Amino acid sequence: MLSPVILVPAVINGLMAGAVYALVALGLTLIYGVLHIINFAHGALLTAAMFAAFFAFTLLSIDPYLAAIVLTPLFFGVGYAMQRFIIGPAAHGEDRSFLLVTLGLAVVIENTLLYFFRADTRTINLPYAFDVIEIGPAFVAVPRVIAFAAVIAVAIGLWTFMRWTDTGKAIRAVAKEKLGAELCGINVAHISAVTFGVGTACVAIAACLLIPSYYVNPTAGEAFVLIAFTIVVLGGMGSIAGALLGGLCVGVVESVSSIFLGQSLGQIGIFIMFIAVLLARPGGLFGARL
Amino acid sequence: MSRWPLRLSRRKFLRNTAFGATAAAGFLHAPAILRAQSATAKIGVLHPVSGALSYSGQQGRLGATMAIDDINAAGGIKALGGAKIDPMLGDAQSTPDGGNAEVEKMNAAGVCAIVGGYASAICLAASQTAARYDLPYVVDVGVVDSIVTRGLKNTFRFGPGFGVIAKTALDNLVAINDQAGKPAKTAMIVHEDSAFGAGLAKLLNAQLPDRGFQVLETIAHPTPTREFENVVLKIKAQNPDLVIPANYYNEYVLLARTMQQQRVRPKGIYSVLGGAASSYKFVKEFPEAAQYIMDCNHWFDPKNPKALDLKKRVEDKRQFYTYEVYMNYSCILLLADAIERASSTDRAKITDALARSTFSGHVMPYGPTKFIDGQNQGAAPVNTQVLGNDIQVILPAQFASAKPVFPIPPA
Repeated sequence: MLSPVILVPAVINGLMAGAVYALVALGLTLIYGVLHIINFAHGALLTAAMFAAFFAFTLLSIDPYLAAIVLTPLFFGVGYAMQRFIIGPAAHGEDRSFLLVTLGLAVVIENTLLYFFRADTRTINLPYAFDVIEIGPAFVAVPRVIAFAAVIAVAIGLWTFMRWTDTGKAIRAVAKEKLGAELCGINVAHISAVTFGVGTACVAIAACLLIPSYYVNPTAGEAFVLIAFTIVVLGGMGSIAGALLGGLCVGVVESVSSIFLGQSLGQIGIFIMFIAVLLARPGGLFGARL
Repeated sequence: MSRWPLRLSRRKFLRNTAFGATAAAGFLHAPAILRAQSATAKIGVLHPVSGALSYSGQQGRLGATMAIDDINAAGGIKALGGAKIDPMLGDAQSTPDGGNAEVEKMNAAGVCAIVGGYASAICLAASQTAARYDLPYVVDVGVVDSIVTRGLKNTFRFGPGFGVIAKTALDNLVAINDQAGKPAKTAMIVHEDSAFGAGLAKLLNAQLPDRGFQVLETIAHPTPTREFENVVLKIKAQNPDLVIPANYYNEYVLLARTMQQQRVRPKGIYSVLGGAASSYKFVKEFPEAAQYIMDCNHWFDPKNPKALDLKKRVEDKRQFYTYEVYMNYSCILLLADAIERASSTDRAKITDALARSTFSGHVMPYGPTKFIDGQNQGAAPVNTQVLGNDIQVILPAQFASAKPVFPIPPA
């Protein structure tokens, strides 16, 4: 079973799938790292974005990759507004309340989607969805290669944004010391909402990358968020590089273990790795040492 | 009649639910009897038109309503003075509970019989509920054998059951393989992990070795699954002569397309009740992936002009002529024939007429209709193969429209 004919394509498939996991985790880790919010609404927002991409294609014939150009700023706005006008005011700065408010939002979003679109599983068929690129012994589907490239680009872009722009610096300042940032004249409420918006925009991009090769129903996002939470903890809370590397690792482990354990049990491998990493490095791969 | 609710006090109603339900049913029956006299025969048409099985449910409803329109246009039920068939459409919401709720509603509305159910699980539950009211129930598709082995007097299945289908499928597989000089010796089974796929995989695992095929590996996957790359990699590594998929439409299509994408070409893809293998939708949308796939499934009689006329009318509506359509069409005709012979909308009389049915005006490639314990003994599946842009019947010989192409010629 260890023949490279299977193993090499399985690892490549895993890297491609892992990239999208990483993007979902990037949004989550950013929101956690800055706002210390464990965002339970992340999955519901991913589902909403997938529905948006789905209908952009079926109703308006907009290619999902083009739809990302519109959906990314749109979901940035949604995320910004959610934090600024709902989560922030409702939670009164208490961690417990953040948890409940985002959980409540998740319930509202998912059930609204369920009400309007029912529980049907929907897919789209792109003409190039089954085109392949040959990488060594593997035939890799075009949408996966596009997704992989897009995620790497987004991760580099996000890192640059955080490192070099004033807003990025402000976000990092708020993450490190909220009161100090406020004293320096940073509008903390605004910067918090921007962070939430950027996290949500990541989800919109992930949705557009997923929809060509995945399905959408009102609970489709949940599967990703469970994995994304794992990645965030694995990579180290709040670390961009950690989320990226963690995502890729999880993708490869899942792909290879599904070869050995079967499709239904492939995710066991992820959680075994997760426990092993936490035993060795409790702070995660790129987290602060505990 | 208006005094009924007054006499039936709420307290008494609550004290004895069974009595309450019976009384309520009796109360609700009354208008139905009146309606029967005003020359309509009300029947329940039950399908999962929403939820996971909605496509199949909608196709089933299409077939049933087309049959009802045809009967009504041709003068209705003549023995009842040209009574029109009045369908009560129900949505089982793709769950057994949903099916039960609809049967209760239909019973309360006074239908004289119910047709439909589609999925085995829905048929099992709905027919059992209907049995409580002695309501004749005609199963349209549901293939699980226990549907007709529970001793329910009201339940009739016009189509074939699992056991017959699996046996025919294996007999035909051996015949096709022998005819080609036995090129296939090994097989891999890819199945979905619920009752249908897992049950079929177990049956095939038990019987294929006896018929000279070695099962290299059996791969289970959940429904829905949106990537088959790893499954196809395993197929590639084992290189079986036959791939036998047992899954629903979306996964079947995805598996076939991924095999095409990864350039995996076994000597044959042979399915039993394949989710998409004999679907015009699949053939039209992905002709290359569907090419040469063989299937043992429900199918219409390609030599029956009535079946071909129905096909044309369905296609004129821009719908696909799937098995749900013609099976429901046939089941409604079967029921109408029974009502005609019963000369009544009385449930017991219709049940009796169904049990003695020898109906032949359907569009299926079946032998003579004869019900034993509710199962039509004439029902049989056929083998089909996707050839060019069409689906041809390759076995049994008397219905065949083409010869099997096996093994698949090299690309």
